[in-house]
Amino acid sequence: MNTFESWGRFPKLQNQQVLPLPSPHNALPFPPEGRTVLPYGLGRSYGDSCINNGNAIIPTAGLSCFIDFDPQRGIVKAEAGVSLATILDVFVPRGWFLPVTPGTKFVTLGGAIANDIHGKNHHKAGTFGRHVLSFGLLRSDGAHHTCSPSENGPLYCATIGGLGLTGLITWVELQLTPIQSPYLDTRTIKFRNLDEFFDISVESDALFDYSVSWVDCTSEGDRLGRGLFMAGNFSSRSKRKKRPNLALPFPCEAPSWLLNSLFMRSFNNLYYNKQLSRTVDALTHYEPFFYPLDAILNWNRMYGKRGFFQYQLVVPFEHDRNIIKEIFRRITRSKRASFLAVLKTFGDIESPGMMSFPTKGVTLALDFPNDGKPTLALMDELDSIVKDAHGRIYAAKDARMSPEMFRLSYPRVGEFAPFIDPNFSSSLWRRVMEPA
Amino acid sequence: MKKVVIVGATSAIAAEAARALALDGASLFLIGRNSDKLERLAGDLRVRSGAEVHTAAFEAHDLHGASRVLEQARSALGEIDAALVAHGDLPDQRACEHDWAAAERSLVTNFMSPAAFLTWLANYFEGRKQGNITVISSVAGDRGRQSNYIYGAAKGGLTVLLQGLRNRLAHHGVSVTTIKPGFVDTPMTAHIKKGPLFASAEAVGRRTAKAMRRGESVVYAPGFWLPIMLIIRHIPECIFKKLRL
Ligand SMILES: Cc1cc2nc3c(=O)[nH]c(=O)nc-3n(C[C@H](O)[C@H](O)[C@H](O)COP(=O)(O)OP(=O)(O)OC[C@H]3O[C@@H](n4cnc5c(N)ncnc54)[C@H](O)[C@@H]3O)c2cc1C
Ligand SMILES: NC(=O)c1ccc[n+]([C@@H]2O[C@H](COP(=O)([O-])OP(=O)(O)OC[C@H]3O[C@@H](n4cnc5c(N)ncnc54)[C@H](OP(=O)(O)O)[C@@H]3O)[C@@H](O)[C@H]2O)c1
Repeated sequence: MNTFESWGRFPKLQNQQVLPLPSPHNALPFPPEGRTVLPYGLGRSYGDSCINNGNAIIPTAGLSCFIDFDPQRGIVKAEAGVSLATILDVFVPRGWFLPVTPGTKFVTLGGAIANDIHGKNHHKAGTFGRHVLSFGLLRSDGAHHTCSPSENGPLYCATIGGLGLTGLITWVELQLTPIQSPYLDTRTIKFRNLDEFFDISVESDALFDYSVSWVDCTSEGDRLGRGLFMAGNFSSRSKRKKRPNLALPFPCEAPSWLLNSLFMRSFNNLYYNKQLSRTVDALTHYEPFFYPLDAILNWNRMYGKRGFFQYQLVVPFEHDRNIIKEIFRRITRSKRASFLAVLKTFGDIESPGMMSFPTKGVTLALDFPNDGKPTLALMDELDSIVKDAHGRIYAAKDARMSPEMFRLSYPRVGEFAPFIDPNFSSSLWRRVMEPA
Repeated sequence: MKKVVIVGATSAIAAEAARALALDGASLFLIGRNSDKLERLAGDLRVRSGAEVHTAAFEAHDLHGASRVLEQARSALGEIDAALVAHGDLPDQRACEHDWAAAERSLVTNFMSPAAFLTWLANYFEGRKQGNITVISSVAGDRGRQSNYIYGAAKGGLTVLLQGLRNRLAHHGVSVTTIKPGFVDTPMTAHIKKGPLFASAEAVGRRTAKAMRRGESVVYAPGFWLPIMLIIRHIPECIFKKLRL
């Protein structure tokens, strides 16, 4: 049963109405006078960007049809509620892959555009928005706009990364990427600290289309920021082996003690020590490579009723590796970090989106169980380091950044605001637009 | 199952069943009342599977049109291996109590119309000596309750009709499948507050396709409705009549 929460299950829902999708060619449904609407995809945003407390959401699950496919050019046209998982099911067997994919395949096309998502290939392919050839946008005045770089260009740029605020995306035309096999030639490299990470990154990003690192957040001293660098390219070899399809639902609300630091430490140790030699090459199916967490459905419930925060930042590193080291020091010292920290370098390929998050630098994402005030204080502390470094915080994962931090993270917000549909809003938007 | 006809194909459950069947390589003939919705679904199925998909319009209240549109399906597909009859509507019970026209509409949509399609289908498959007929009935047809007995009566009648038909066609190598969904999250139940008993259209649609492939007889979807309905069916009438169900 869908409860229409956000993935972090924080903040809690309050008085949020659920409105039906308009049937094709019809106007949007409206909440009572003075209230606003927000499209809702698969709720894989962590914070409050996909919720609209005191107002209404329009779930897009009914926008589930494919419209067209050009097998010569690999261009697919589909309604905006189609998930990336469905696209993979349909097109991987025909030799096509997503141009950009996040760490879960359970997101919709509409959601992927609204947060202009990035993936392990940001350094080679940029963000999702770069591969969106065109889309349909339904505004609350009843107008349907087709948006592309050449048609309604400014609305196209505002909607990519537009946080669902510029209207309801109804269909999307997406350029897929050809692959010869569903397997990747992967390389995993162990690094002992952050300096090694940076060296490996610089070297390997040129060789691999996809890369990401998992970092242990519990080790300090000269092992600060140790972890595994995982990279790959789609293979031209193929391996005939049927993968079992196991996605296990996470059954209940786990008590928070499950996440005490002991548990996280052992998880990290296990993960880090599973590999004895420094480098391991393998042939890996795309599922475990791109979507390791999707094997457990609803793993977010593991954090219990209070929910959790995800925190994702990007800071420049070319001239100063110390910023990210200082951030890691604070995190490990706090002992509030989760077992899962993800580190990746972004390239400098520009997105058409005005409100796109990625910018050249190194990005770090991790979970913090919600322990109330001390957790919030820690994130504020990290914010101030990010701010001094001219970095950014990712809105798709945020439930708490200040209006000031939002403006610094999204410097083109002034240019974006006029494109917002006057009848659209979100809990995030009201929070970050509050006067200081 | 290579060639399948679906009546009421735009139903959320039937559309999911159609996706599962198309992925298996079936050619489809979709029958529905709204041609925009039909074309949208046909386009989706073509992209997903490259399948051959035809469409035709019908209106449940045109009872004599059933055989005509099925003939059309047969000539388009050449032959028919299986049929799924899925259309239905959930009437406002209170309106049906006060207004015979509303009750009649529901009885026609949920019972008479499927019966009209089944008349042609039964004779076609009887002659062919193989194949499967699947119909979506409902748990609501298992016992009459004050909150929806007009719909329940129509679905109950349909369930009985299918029992008889299964018995008749079993002697001719044809399987007849009755699908009994519980609560499913579809446009039909959009106005009902969702609880933990609700299943997704995808789950019920896939289960339907699987039952068709296997030629099962009676399928509760999801399966947990089997024990629930077993209990509900066996509560003595002297107690049942006092319950508020
Ligand atoms: C395990 C996990 C890993 C992740 N990894 C990454 C990653 O690597 N990179 C990354 O960038 N993100 C990542 N994310 C975040 C996720 O990709 C984004 O939050 C994504 O936007 C979620 O899409 P959704 O369909 O669930 O949309 P929702 O979360 O439901 O909504 C997100 C936004 O999209 C808007 N929206 C949805 N549909 C429409 C529509 N039809 N029209 C207009 N607006 C719409 C909503 O209003 C909202 O603002 C990850 C999330 C999880 C849970
Ligand atoms: N949803 C549930 O909880 C539930 C539970 C038990 C059984 N069922 C049964 O499951 C079947 C499918 O329903 P659903 O849940 O998938 O709902 P749905 O999506 O609303 O589908 C209902 C279908 O019936 C069609 N229909 C209704 N009246 C019609 C008429 N007069 N003429 C022609 N077609 C008509 C509709 O056509 P349009 O698409 O053009 O509207 C639609 O295709 C129905 O038989 C229903 O009784 C549903």
